[in-house]
Amino acid sequence: MSATETLPPPAGYDVVDRSADGETARGADHAVATPAGARPSCAHCAGPVPAADVDETAARQFCCTGCRTAFAILHEHGLDQYYRLAEQRRGPVQATGRSFAEFDHEAFQALYVRRTPEGLAAVDLYLEGVHCASCVWLVERVPMLVPGVVRAELEVRRALAHVTWDPAEARLSAVARALDALGYRAHPFRGVRAEEVRRREDRAMLVRIGVAGAIAVNVMLAALALYSGEHGAMEAQYTRFFRWLSMALTVPTILGPGRVFFRGAWGALRTRTLHMDVPIALALAVGLARGVENTIRDAGPIYFDGLATLTFALLAGRYLQQRGQRAAADSAELIYSLAPSSAQLLERAPDGDEHLVEVPTEALLPGMVLEIRAGDALPADGVVERGASTLDLSLLTGESRPVAVAAGEPVYAGTVNLSSPLRVRVTASGEESRLAKILRQVEDGVQRRAPVVHFANRLAGWFVAVVLLLTAGTLAYWWPTDPTAAVDHAIALLVVTCPCALALATPLAVSVAVGRAARLGIFVKGGDVVEQLSRPATLLLDKTGTITEARTALAAWRGPDAVRPLVLALERDSLHPVAEGFRRAWPDVAVPAVAESTHTIGGGIVGRVAGREVVVGSPRFVRERAAGGDDVLAAAESMAGRALTPVLVAVDGAVVAAAGFGDPIRADAPEAVRQLRARGWQVGILSGDDPAVVAAVGRALELPPAACTGGASPEDKLRAVERAAAGGTRVVMVGDGVNDAAAIAAASVGVGVHGGAEACLATADVYLMKPGLGALVQLAEGAERTMRVIRRNVAFSVAYNVVGAGLAMAGLLTPLAAAILMPLSSLTVVLASWRSTTFAAPAPAPESPR
Amino acid sequence: MSVLFLVVPLATLMVGLAVWAFVRSARSGQLDDLDTPAVRMLHDDAPPPAGPPGS
Repeated sequence: MSATETLPPPAGYDVVDRSADGETARGADHAVATPAGARPSCAHCAGPVPAADVDETAARQFCCTGCRTAFAILHEHGLDQYYRLAEQRRGPVQATGRSFAEFDHEAFQALYVRRTPEGLAAVDLYLEGVHCASCVWLVERVPMLVPGVVRAELEVRRALAHVTWDPAEARLSAVARALDALGYRAHPFRGVRAEEVRRREDRAMLVRIGVAGAIAVNVMLAALALYSGEHGAMEAQYTRFFRWLSMALTVPTILGPGRVFFRGAWGALRTRTLHMDVPIALALAVGLARGVENTIRDAGPIYFDGLATLTFALLAGRYLQQRGQRAAADSAELIYSLAPSSAQLLERAPDGDEHLVEVPTEALLPGMVLEIRAGDALPADGVVERGASTLDLSLLTGESRPVAVAAGEPVYAGTVNLSSPLRVRVTASGEESRLAKILRQVEDGVQRRAPVVHFANRLAGWFVAVVLLLTAGTLAYWWPTDPTAAVDHAIALLVVTCPCALALATPLAVSVAVGRAARLGIFVKGGDVVEQLSRPATLLLDKTGTITEARTALAAWRGPDAVRPLVLALERDSLHPVAEGFRRAWPDVAVPAVAESTHTIGGGIVGRVAGREVVVGSPRFVRERAAGGDDVLAAAESMAGRALTPVLVAVDGAVVAAAGFGDPIRADAPEAVRQLRARGWQVGILSGDDPAVVAAVGRALELPPAACTGGASPEDKLRAVERAAAGGTRVVMVGDGVNDAAAIAAASVGVGVHGGAEACLATADVYLMKPGLGALVQLAEGAERTMRVIRRNVAFSVAYNVVGAGLAMAGLLTPLAAAILMPLSSLTVVLASWRSTTFAAPAPAPESPR
Repeated sequence: MSVLFLVVPLATLMVGLAVWAFVRSARSGQLDDLDTPAVRMLHDDAPPPAGPPGS
């Protein structure tokens, strides 16, 4: 029982089944998206309706089957309110029509599904396509669409749907199908385990800050009364009352929320290092002991206001730092969830019948036979049993051109089947696959990477040592004259030099910068990255997917325009990248009907279009079937010389046109590279692709030929990065594939770009959400400005500490002065960080990310 | 001024109540997701369904 199966489209919206045209034909229609003019707009997505799909007799027009189905479902269930809420609809619904059967499999359920105490089942699904308020409304109406679903809640920031259902009444696959039909493709959220731990940590941190904050404010109020009543303006009984009140409030805050500092200091002492927590813990412990003693004695300073504020300010700084890192980790995890979760397993029944079952990739074992459809990624390593096709190996090798495979040849997980279905016998799956082994190398690389010593941490070691020495000195100097005063001055020194502002200086500036960067689509995982990127270094760029768009596009065309419809007609239903390239390049050409066509793998297509014999394919394939066209052949030659893949077109036995296919360079790449070099960065290309292609791209970016390396294997890339790093320069590696992952892990800073492989994203320190290299320039600029803010903050807090320490050592620091100086210094740092413009506001983006 | 001995403990008690409420809400997960509720409150109540759901 699924929503989509049980919902016939209502009468009146006469559904024309265009599904025979296939996903790709629809994809081609979508590219027609011109600004809505005279054409009617789609009732669901408000996009323009292709001329061929306009139905004059129908009340509503739809641009594709996906939108039509989604509208039918919503209308049927009285959910038309969606169209009033949807302030910003996002292109046509691209339902996959998959069965999601693997969501019901035991292996899948064991991994991702939780049982609730009421006997229900709960799962977290990551949804593609969530973008606005109407999505929340719609996803949370799923219980109305699928009977048996108890609750669906959408967390909009991470696009996570928390679904609770009754396993006796509904199946998870039905939920996934319902979401899919509405245009939200569901994926299991793979960070479940880490999520639970993290949630507990976050809540504990929040509780700590809340408690410490509330207490700090109240202790400050009591302190205000005490200070204003100093010098006999207040009766002794009230003074005593407020002192005891301060103590009653402060002791729990230090023993409760403040416990983290004692734990940190203890850890640092055990490993014999000097950590910021050491003087903090010392000040808290000594200050608390002395304050309690003075309260009971009813004489001398009590320090409680300082200690309470200190605890709160330090906890807040820590929280900010943690939150910035969390946001980046979240995004990497969500992208990991997009990996293929199912495989088509071929099952042979005892009577010899064969049928396909969708199973989760976790359940695959060696020996199983899989059916890999065109366009699918391989879920495991194996040997081709039947069929011949082309594979996109770019994930493993970085090679952008498709590679042909035939029966008996080995294939690897993570590569993508491009042209026709394959039967593959699994030889290694999961942890044993070549992909997993490369990933393990990557993890090793990350662990080997020398820890970057943070600017503030480096300073902190010195700072702590100096403070401890000064404290000892103060104690020794005052002890002979007045032991009580000596202890008081030492405590005053410890409290006033507490690295409040210093501890806040870096995390605040970094977290403000990281937050601003995230709004620009740049996710930075750690504060040290900002420091590394703030000065020019060596920048190595991967080519495929980083500088270029990682797709086959029509780069050159020589031939009459009249041939175009004939070519498109033949290529209309093909999944081959060349066909895709033609469709993308000429979206608006009307396509005549094809009488017949035959595909030859590794050759081309022959067919009859509009009564004419048309051949499209590789030069050898076409010239075997057609003659003439010397100037066209010469054009094809010159295309091959420019590192383009030539394709010839012949009509009625004569070669009439040549098309050159290549991977187009991103529009903003030359400008970005020019700007980075102007800033002093050494830019180079490190690619696994053919050296000739790499050299051509290098010329386009005006890079010296020596800086462009082609034909590099993942291991070569790793060595190149290590070699550059051994020379003492910082290396920033930018890439998108598994083949770059080891190099990214070894580099000082690894940057993963939009659409990259999970391995690469997991190891990268920075993840760029939007395609193109423009973000790199923003990153370098932003890091430089952030570093300036950090230096300013640190300089300020050091200056403040020097003054405070001087006063305390001279015995001039009254508790009142300390109480004013301390929050003032923190406040200055907070304001300075907040007002800084580290990452500029985004220029109007030509293409919105995700 | 002796009213302080009554008012200040009362105020402290109220702070204690507020802290208790905050800790409870944080522990029960109300503060885990700070973005979606802001969006959710924009929605009207569901209109009466046009037909029985899932028929």
